[in-house]
Amino acid sequence: MTSGKTPVQNTKKVSDTNIVEMHGITMKFPGVLALDKVDFSVKPGEVMCLLGENGAGKSTLMKVLTGVYIPNEGHMLLDGKPLVLQNTQDAYSQGISIIFQEFNLCANLTVMENIFMGNEERTSFGFVSYRKMKQKAAELFRRLNIDIDPEETVKNLGVASQQMVEIAKALSQDTKILIMDEPTSSLAESEIRTLFSIVRDLQAKGIAVVFISHKLKEVIEISDRITVLRDGKLVRTVHAADINEDQLISMMVGRDMKHFFSERQYDSSNEVVFEVEGLSGPPKIQDVSFSLKKGEIVGLAGLVGAGRTELSMLIMGAVKRWSGTLKMHGKPVSVNSPNDAVRQGIGYVPEDRKNLGLVQPMSTRENLTLSIHKNILNKFGFISFRKECEIADTYIKQLQIKVSSREHIVKTLSGGNQQKVVIGKWLSALPEVMILDEPTRGIDVGSKAEVHRLIAELADAGMSILLISSELPEILAISDRVLVLSNGRLTADLAREEANEENIMQAAVKIQETSAANAAEDTTG
Amino acid sequence: MRVQEEQKNNRTIPSIAGRMGRRLMKQKESTIFLALLGIVILVSIIAPNFLTTRNAFSVSRQISFYAIVACGVLFVILTAGIDLSVGSVVGLTGVTSGFAMAHGVHPLLAVGVGLGTGLLCGLISGALIAYLKVTPFIITLGMLSVARGAVWVITEGWPITEIPQSFLVVGRSQIFGIALPVVVLLFIAVIDFIILKYTTFGRRIYAIGGNEEAAVLSGINVARVKLGAYLFSGFHAAIVGVLLVARFSSAQSAAGEGWELDAIAAAVIGGASLAGGSGSILGVLIGASIMGVIRNGLVLMRVSVYWQTLVIGAIIILAAVIDRERDK
Repeated sequence: MTSGKTPVQNTKKVSDTNIVEMHGITMKFPGVLALDKVDFSVKPGEVMCLLGENGAGKSTLMKVLTGVYIPNEGHMLLDGKPLVLQNTQDAYSQGISIIFQEFNLCANLTVMENIFMGNEERTSFGFVSYRKMKQKAAELFRRLNIDIDPEETVKNLGVASQQMVEIAKALSQDTKILIMDEPTSSLAESEIRTLFSIVRDLQAKGIAVVFISHKLKEVIEISDRITVLRDGKLVRTVHAADINEDQLISMMVGRDMKHFFSERQYDSSNEVVFEVEGLSGPPKIQDVSFSLKKGEIVGLAGLVGAGRTELSMLIMGAVKRWSGTLKMHGKPVSVNSPNDAVRQGIGYVPEDRKNLGLVQPMSTRENLTLSIHKNILNKFGFISFRKECEIADTYIKQLQIKVSSREHIVKTLSGGNQQKVVIGKWLSALPEVMILDEPTRGIDVGSKAEVHRLIAELADAGMSILLISSELPEILAISDRVLVLSNGRLTADLAREEANEENIMQAAVKIQETSAANAAEDTTG
Repeated sequence: MRVQEEQKNNRTIPSIAGRMGRRLMKQKESTIFLALLGIVILVSIIAPNFLTTRNAFSVSRQISFYAIVACGVLFVILTAGIDLSVGSVVGLTGVTSGFAMAHGVHPLLAVGVGLGTGLLCGLISGALIAYLKVTPFIITLGMLSVARGAVWVITEGWPITEIPQSFLVVGRSQIFGIALPVVVLLFIAVIDFIILKYTTFGRRIYAIGGNEEAAVLSGINVARVKLGAYLFSGFHAAIVGVLLVARFSSAQSAAGEGWELDAIAAAVIGGASLAGGSGSILGVLIGASIMGVIRNGLVLMRVSVYWQTLVIGAIIILAAVIDRERDK
């Protein structure tokens, strides 16, 4: 299905001078060194692929190049001249465009209105000229060999066509560098072919394309060179012609493990507590089955977009599933809302704690008891502040949440402490099963270790834990078993002893191509 | 360590009164309470007849009607919703109870009819909003029209005056020189305060307004709580509807017209956020009082009714802007 590399056709157009150069880019966030002296360059008419695990620094590097972040150190050159960006408008006006994985289109407007948004064609009276816009859009599409009606409303277009509109929008300006973040992740194989032919056209016109993708086969096929990042550091920049998939994987993995808590004993003969059977649901979770034993920590690995959070939403009943059953202690349970899930003893600590985990304007006390209102009532059915404060104080002490008092408003807590409040909220509810979605994302190294210790303690106390994490070392360090999700399907179930970064990564990337091929077959047949 | 010390401090504060006092000073309400005091002083200087017993009696009675409705609306506003139908519900509940009385139903039962009508309106709006997830603004705007329409259908524009004497006594009665509606308001306010502060229902109302998604994922049955909020709103409006029948010795078809805006304004002036999650009964009482006192003061100063409307509007805008600035 997927064709091999076609190396001959583009080598000539690549010139020798770089259109963009980034030198020694360092980007620090509180507690995190996101980029550490990274060098990066692209030539006109070149396709450069940026590769790395989740959190390796790909997006951060591209955000520096597009003016979203201003780097702490390092400098950039555009066409040999110093490039200083204060904001995204600067980058845009210099000819640097980016297309995100999530499209930034207004679905209610037409294709041409989207393309010329903020840059509308006007009549001599200053009104918007639809005639001119239509003309220009049609011309642009002709140039790009895209067959879309400029007057169609964007919401009526498929994903692939929407992406074409994004590309056209980026190129409606004088673009020198086009950055595409995971452009193929939601495309079927036939659509990927179309995209690639457009990329080749852009190349022929001398536009530099930076391509971020996890699909290694694709990466080797489309790119001239590949830059691999790991832990915010540049691993190597290689020519696509000289490399194979296994070599790329070994360059991507092998991250620093020293921050991670480890060492726990787990008795694998414990009884099964929770089972998921044949779970399918939106947007693309397909036939997922697994089980959790008492006191077991099961890591759920996968690339961004593999559907890990979506899987949790289906388990929690927050999203309606197509099919599948959940069982607690061998008995099927009906979970059609998070309310049901909590009643059945399933808790969920969301990745997006600010928006999904906490009620920001409420106090630490009120947040800690949000899931256990029935436990803090007195015999008349009113909230007992004495009971509530006791519970709040217990968890503040146990989790060492740093607050001025239990009345501390959670909005003003640090990330690590907010996360502890969310975990504390579920501890107080004492669920049998707890899903932790990226529990250590965005918190500093010290708090990370504490959260890891906490997770291990919970499991030791008999709680079954599904740990979603993008950090493989974290998963490897504290999981008793590792599941790998790829494009909505489980592709590996590895015991602690057999799991390592290589085979997890292989399971995470491999299936993507087969399922994309399946999708293509689905559309053609 | 710091946490433990803090705990100790909390325990050493002895009385509930002390804790309440400290909380009072910390709360948003303290500033608007001072504003109310200032306005009262100002009005009594400019209009000497403001501080007469008679005027105080009628002002407090007038305020109490608005304030009861506003207390109900507060439940909805706290969930980040809005109830535009309360004015019409006031009118409709008055008319249904009046209609029942006029047709020989025992006044107590007729009051039940009125209250039931209010709950029904809340149930319809609340169910559509909570379970079908239609925007509160549209649903309650529709209910505003439906309820007022029902009033016209029942009364054909005429007031219902055949109200039994035994019921009219209610409208004129007073307790220790305080008008009955004021007593009812205070009673309701205390109950609402307890519900919002000491029941899970109240806590969940704040949680939903603060972050609905987090509330859902915490296992809170959000739809049920929202429905409850609209039921409360309808019920409060119904209480006022019935009280107004007693007050005016008749069920007026125009009763409560435009009150939804006064109720919302009272809540907002009292510090409630239309984005949900913040606001209090105490704030509503103060907010309603500020509006009532200013309105009364303008009457006593013989300011034309047109100017009164303009001034009230300006105060609402001012309150919203001050609130926004304070949040920054």
